[in-house]
Amino acid sequence: MGVKVKLRNPDRLLEISGPRTVTALLNQLEVVSEGVLVIRDATLLTRDERLGPDDEIEIRPVLSGGSHPAGDGR
Amino acid sequence: MRCKVCRGHAVVDIRRHNAAFCPDHFVDHVTSQVAKALKEFKMATVEDRLLIAVSGGKDSLAVWDVLMNLGYDTTAFYLDLGIGGYSARSKEAAVAFAGSRGGKLITRSLREEHGFTVPELSTLTRRVPCSGCGLNKRYEFNRAALEEGFDVLVTGHNLDDEVATLFGNVLGWNTQMLGRQRPVLQERIVGAGDSRAFVKKIKPLVRIAERETAAYALIRGIDYIVEECPMVEGNTQHRYKEALTLLEEASPGTKHRMYFGFLKNASDRFAEDRGSAELIPCTDCGAPTVASGAHGVEKLMCSFCKTKALAHARRAERTNDSVHGAEQR
Repeated sequence: MGVKVKLRNPDRLLEISGPRTVTALLNQLEVVSEGVLVIRDATLLTRDERLGPDDEIEIRPVLSGGSHPAGDGR
Repeated sequence: MRCKVCRGHAVVDIRRHNAAFCPDHFVDHVTSQVAKALKEFKMATVEDRLLIAVSGGKDSLAVWDVLMNLGYDTTAFYLDLGIGGYSARSKEAAVAFAGSRGGKLITRSLREEHGFTVPELSTLTRRVPCSGCGLNKRYEFNRAALEEGFDVLVTGHNLDDEVATLFGNVLGWNTQMLGRQRPVLQERIVGAGDSRAFVKKIKPLVRIAERETAAYALIRGIDYIVEECPMVEGNTQHRYKEALTLLEEASPGTKHRMYFGFLKNASDRFAEDRGSAELIPCTDCGAPTVASGAHGVEKLMCSFCKTKALAHARRAERTNDSVHGAEQR
């Protein structure tokens, strides 16, 4: 059994063996920690938080793109 | 990690502040940072009527939440851009949030107001969707604020948004936009009259990184739309954000230093490039446009009306082509 990980945009599920902490999980997935939130049971986790073998984790990206009303459009 | 304030269990760490917070003290932290920006940049007073442009996303709903909690007089404005199911779900998020907080929400539809959606506009004008989307939002937000008599227009632009824009303006040395990039844009008047052309616009989240607005929304139970706009793929602003986030990861505080260093040390150097041309009413809709360099009636139309006219002209051409094609068959 490993940590079940939900990734977003697009939604997909992975099972990852081995990571003991949030930082280790993000490193294993090559995810930049400044660009995501890591969530377990609707609770945010800090980077040093320990993970259990059966945890269900969501890695939620936080950077949105799109049109930026640059300046004031004047 | 332990909360910097109460030593309780932390849920959010902010490396650039070398601090971590429990849920309650993180909410306090975000609220105080917004209050600091409001005061530092003289953004608004509690007597002002604030119109908040909301998209159903984390930033705009978070800024609305914070401003309500700080006691400001707020109403939100949602513009339906007609981007299929994405727009439907983002509107649901905005409406649900307004309902849950007892907030006032005005909704308008681009199609109902002007006869096209953002995807249709992109196809008809042959321009990237984000370009037309930004133009439509700027126009409609300002129009709604003026028509409904609001003092200040609020947007949910955060530190990441501002740094990415600054980065892009520097890459292209767009000195005019560098001169205008401020957390507050003061209202402007049309011609020599006393009627407002552009409502005052403020960005209270400039001290808050995007990761923090997302964390704030989650902690506050704001059910924002997580999915990305389907038209954003390949967007330049998004690429800049990703690049800057890599730099932030390696060197926490990079984004803050770049943006606030710019405001403190460089912004005023571009003051002459801001452009202070007189504003005149658009010949079509009456919205403000720049008078200088105008030659002929067409050039006295505002950018929005020119784009709208192009879209409707192209649609008419297509309709005529299909009618002629059917007749020839």
